[in-house]
Amino acid sequence: MESKTVKFYQTGTFTVGNRLLSEEERHVQASAERTNSLNSGHRACQGCGEALGARYAIDAAMKATNGQLVAVNATGCLEVFSTPYPETAWQIPWLHSVFGNAPAVADGVAAALRVKGKKNIRVVAQGGDGGTVDIGFGCLSGMFERNADVLYICYDNEAYMNTGVQRSGATPPSARTATTQAVGVHPGNEFGVGKFLPRIAMAHRIPFVATASVANLHDLEEKVRKAIPIQGARYIHVFVPCPLGWGSLPQHTLKVARMAMESGLFPIFEAEYGKLTHSYKIRRQVKVEEYLRLQKRFAHILKEPATIGLLQKMADANIAEFNLMEEK
Amino acid sequence: MRKQIEGSQAIAAAVQCCRPEVISCYPITPQTHIVETLSAKVKSGELENCEFINVESEFAALSVLIGASAAGARTYTATASQGLLYMAEAVYNASGMGFPIVMTIGNRAIGAPINIWNDHSDSMSMRDAGWVQLYAESNQEAVDLHIQAFRLAESLSLPVMVCVDGFVLTHAFEPVEIPSQAQVDSFLPSFDPVQVLDPENPISMGTMVGPNAFFEVRYLHHEKHLRALERIPTIAREFEKTFGRKAAGLAEGYFHEDAETIFVALGSMNGTIKDFVDLRRARGEKVGCIKLVSYRPFPSEVVRSLADSAQRVICVEKHLAPGTCGVVASEVRHALQHSGKQVQAVIGGIGGRPISLAALDGLWAERNRLDEPHFLGLNWEVIGSVLENQKKIRRSGPVAESVVKTVAEKGGFHGI
Amino acid sequence: MKTPPRPFAITLDPGSSMHNLTGSWRTMRPVYSHFLPPCNQACPAGEDIQQWLYWAEEGKYREAWEEISKNNPFPAIVGRVCYHPCEMGCNRNKLDLSVNIHAIERFLGDLAIEKKWSFKAGADSGKHVAIIGGGPSGLTAAYHLRRLGHQVSVYDAGPKAGGMMRFGIPKYRLPREILDAEIERIEKMGVRFEFNRTIDDVDALRKGGADAVFIAIGAHLNRKTEIPAKDACRILGATEFLREMEGAEPPKIGRRVAVYGGGNTAMDAARTAQRLGADEVMVIYRRDREHMKAHDFEAQEALDEGVHIHWLRTIKAITEDSITVEEMKLEGGTLVPTGREETLSADTLIMAIGQNVSSEFLKKLPGVEVRSDGTIGVDAQMQTGAPGVFAGGDMVPAERTVTNAIGHGKKAARYIDAYLQGTPYTHPEKPPLAKFDALNVWYYTDASRSRQEMLDRVRRKTGFEEIVQGLDEETAKFEARRCLSCGNCFECDNCFGVCPDNAVIKLGTGKGYKFNLDYCKGCGLCVEECPCGCIDFVPEVK
Repeated sequence: MESKTVKFYQTGTFTVGNRLLSEEERHVQASAERTNSLNSGHRACQGCGEALGARYAIDAAMKATNGQLVAVNATGCLEVFSTPYPETAWQIPWLHSVFGNAPAVADGVAAALRVKGKKNIRVVAQGGDGGTVDIGFGCLSGMFERNADVLYICYDNEAYMNTGVQRSGATPPSARTATTQAVGVHPGNEFGVGKFLPRIAMAHRIPFVATASVANLHDLEEKVRKAIPIQGARYIHVFVPCPLGWGSLPQHTLKVARMAMESGLFPIFEAEYGKLTHSYKIRRQVKVEEYLRLQKRFAHILKEPATIGLLQKMADANIAEFNLMEEK
Repeated sequence: MRKQIEGSQAIAAAVQCCRPEVISCYPITPQTHIVETLSAKVKSGELENCEFINVESEFAALSVLIGASAAGARTYTATASQGLLYMAEAVYNASGMGFPIVMTIGNRAIGAPINIWNDHSDSMSMRDAGWVQLYAESNQEAVDLHIQAFRLAESLSLPVMVCVDGFVLTHAFEPVEIPSQAQVDSFLPSFDPVQVLDPENPISMGTMVGPNAFFEVRYLHHEKHLRALERIPTIAREFEKTFGRKAAGLAEGYFHEDAETIFVALGSMNGTIKDFVDLRRARGEKVGCIKLVSYRPFPSEVVRSLADSAQRVICVEKHLAPGTCGVVASEVRHALQHSGKQVQAVIGGIGGRPISLAALDGLWAERNRLDEPHFLGLNWEVIGSVLENQKKIRRSGPVAESVVKTVAEKGGFHGI
Repeated sequence: MKTPPRPFAITLDPGSSMHNLTGSWRTMRPVYSHFLPPCNQACPAGEDIQQWLYWAEEGKYREAWEEISKNNPFPAIVGRVCYHPCEMGCNRNKLDLSVNIHAIERFLGDLAIEKKWSFKAGADSGKHVAIIGGGPSGLTAAYHLRRLGHQVSVYDAGPKAGGMMRFGIPKYRLPREILDAEIERIEKMGVRFEFNRTIDDVDALRKGGADAVFIAIGAHLNRKTEIPAKDACRILGATEFLREMEGAEPPKIGRRVAVYGGGNTAMDAARTAQRLGADEVMVIYRRDREHMKAHDFEAQEALDEGVHIHWLRTIKAITEDSITVEEMKLEGGTLVPTGREETLSADTLIMAIGQNVSSEFLKKLPGVEVRSDGTIGVDAQMQTGAPGVFAGGDMVPAERTVTNAIGHGKKAARYIDAYLQGTPYTHPEKPPLAKFDALNVWYYTDASRSRQEMLDRVRRKTGFEEIVQGLDEETAKFEARRCLSCGNCFECDNCFGVCPDNAVIKLGTGKGYKFNLDYCKGCGLCVEECPCGCIDFVPEVK
């Protein structure tokens, strides 16, 4: 990523703002003038990672487009908690159609804007993991292969939360959901199933694919900033913990996300035209077990060292594959 | 300009004149010739200022148009049969959101069994989806209806399906008057959406509505259809003024004024029925017919008025709704309730089986002894045999397989 | 503008969610708080270290210096000679190493001297305070009392102000121009000094116009021990030895010097002897290194300079050119003689086994408690049993350090002021301690502690040049920025950023934040993600 390293400033850019940095070096979220695209009064649960991730991403996009932005939203928690009649929390032009079509709807918006000569207006589509990796996958793949001029942002909380925490294609192995209960010989979600969409997105060889986390605001904002002006299909997959679905404390949302990142279980990287170009280097490595302990969805495996070992192996494999450790 | 032209080409020419800004589609027989033609027009530059988007499914095709329409573009697509079902969720969504999308349906049967030939089961499956549905009798009418459809859709913020019988019309070459661009421009103003995605005026579209307002939203949708009942004839009159050609409006009668028996039908079979009426009138029999152009909204009052003189109303419909049958007849019966008229449902033309003059003659001969509903041209011999076999052998296989097997055993189709 | 006929209910205008006050969901409430940083808690002078580091982080050195001066008028001195208990308490020790607080303080003090920043006296109160003793405690009290507008006269038995800072601490640890500069700044506030003036009648002072008296005469009498001696070698007291260093002629010592004792004064004496050119300097101490009173770094620096330390030895006898010592052993903390003896060659013995207070003169002052060890009893307000007579510094029972004396001076000044005004001074209640566990240390950038350069060993052995060097500005600023700001907001915007409900209002630079309780759902993310742990989380009161 083309971001310059900030000299030592107490917390550098790890905190949202930093009075020791110049205004330009601070995050969009540090500004009292940020859009607050997703405004107060929305009905997301306490400590909702998705609400936070959406505001982070869309505010960054608003900054990057100088307010010339349109957003399309798939059905899901984000849509439901933000727009129950008679109140909407969105401060930007926003459109929801159905669950599985956000990428196509966004493509249509982009096409119309081209025809109308409004080339300065950029289009973002957003959805949860269910709307993205499962039901919306056909439309998403189509949007990718057409290289539609859309930035698609997936807020991944690893299950269908809106309907009551059912398994999705993004649910991790051994996680308990309402449809992968912690019962039987292999309690929780099976090993060897599911998909990691960012890699599939890379296989489409679109101009830009990135993963990001609510626990790494600087990186997230940089990626949005970078993605916005690129012509063609772009994909950012944002890791957003769900306190309700994961059985974590509302105040631990960012802690959980941080541990996913720092354990390597959720790799942070970016790719251009299918090639890995950059990855986040783990700053303070933690064991996967520390991440698991914060979440009730893994409670049934905490006394199963073998299962924890398998998850640790997944993290280690990510570290190797995505080059997540600083060269010593 | 009058042209000997394939139906699909004629429709494409009409759509071109309507200056669509975003076209998105997915191939399915029998509508493909329409979008193939349009894609060439866009790519060659003949149709300017238009984005043609090839998508991965009908669901995406309509979804693209939902987005494009929300962003203020005039939008068009075409589909048929399975394709319409595959886009079903978006079909309801487009009308619920009030996007004035125009879509051609090249009417075709729905599987299983898979069948590419004409009937109305596809558009009928979407009859409650909240779209206006207009059925064309001829390719000339198809051309004219498309032009009116854009005007209607945009004036009401309601999507419109123009239903054109697959193959019968889409692939038929006949002389068609293709309007000039200037004529269409004078009839159809540019799209001025009531709501649009605009950073200068940010609104949230497609929000979630609970029990506190959903019913009202639905009623307002219904109310648009009530307005369409008034708007369709108005637009038809203006069309006539501009193009100097008659437009049928909601429905059109043929020898209906003094008819004792009146046929009611949708789409191209009206041509055959009119020929039949001519023949019977020549014999002095008081037969007439009503062509239902607008099936949604359903023009009950117009039907009542056109069928005023008749004692018997025979609805011929290309849709078999298993377990009930006679969907159009039910609605006609509802329109004519308390009138004492006899309403007969005739199901025919299913899966491409033609409704011939001979078949209508046979029907006429039996008119006083018809079952309700009557299945026109159904091979009862095969049905009987299949049912007989089923009683003997509990064959669990699919019905289609069973029928084919029986037909084969009986030595093939005999003039069906 | 006409309202377009938008679809009812499914199209909504922005801002409408603001009608939904989600604050009603809350069961816990975040509260911006101030906790007591461990550095501040540990500072004997009561400095708000974190606050002056905050200014230094921004390069606002004047503000930083003024913040220090609220409590301590001697940053350049204390930055050199304080044993910095603040750094022992520093939470950063649990990450890597503590912030080098004293080095930054010294930088600020030196900068203030260089820039000639000065103090201002307060508006005249019409009251007069007499201070007996011009050491760190007396000078600090004088400074604070002048700030409060009282007239101050300082009486000192010695020829110059500074007390132990001048007559106890060697130059190589505290250059005299630094000491003079910081004392001069106080003098310029209008403090009247009388030197070479021993006060033995406090009553007379009061009758002479002093509305209150502060006594801070220190502890200068060397403790003695009985050692059998025939034709003893030259024996000196450590305090006299060090005091003589300030005279025109350096004290006379022999070629082989032994220092008896294991405190910092012993180390100072040994190292001074080394610099005076002795061939051999040794320290004799009855306990081991682990149990010595001197700070380890002082012993280490002495060892580095060639001082030899004989651990676990007591002196049994001395002759003209030798000292007989007995080997001791420690058994469960108790010293036990072993009976093994050895003889060390030495011609000078410096006694550094502690100091007493010459408090004899106070016995005649009614109400004053003079303890058996000579120290004076004071109450929590530093007041002796005699009303209006206060005491502090080394002469009251406490740890005898410069910084502690400065703390006493400040505290005494506060209560003297209250006494003079006739209104009680109540110290604001101290907030709870900022604990390491409340920090979210992930957010802090990696940064190792900056080290101060040391004079090379050869030059250390031969002269009195200052050993420890100062930090340059960049390094001082860097070091200040290592501060974790434990328990107090440093405006990192984390709370403002991480709130999923935009329920944090940013009040602008320097003004911090407030919660918008209309929307705060009480999730606690701000509490958890605050790097410095300054947000409290308390049950909602309905």
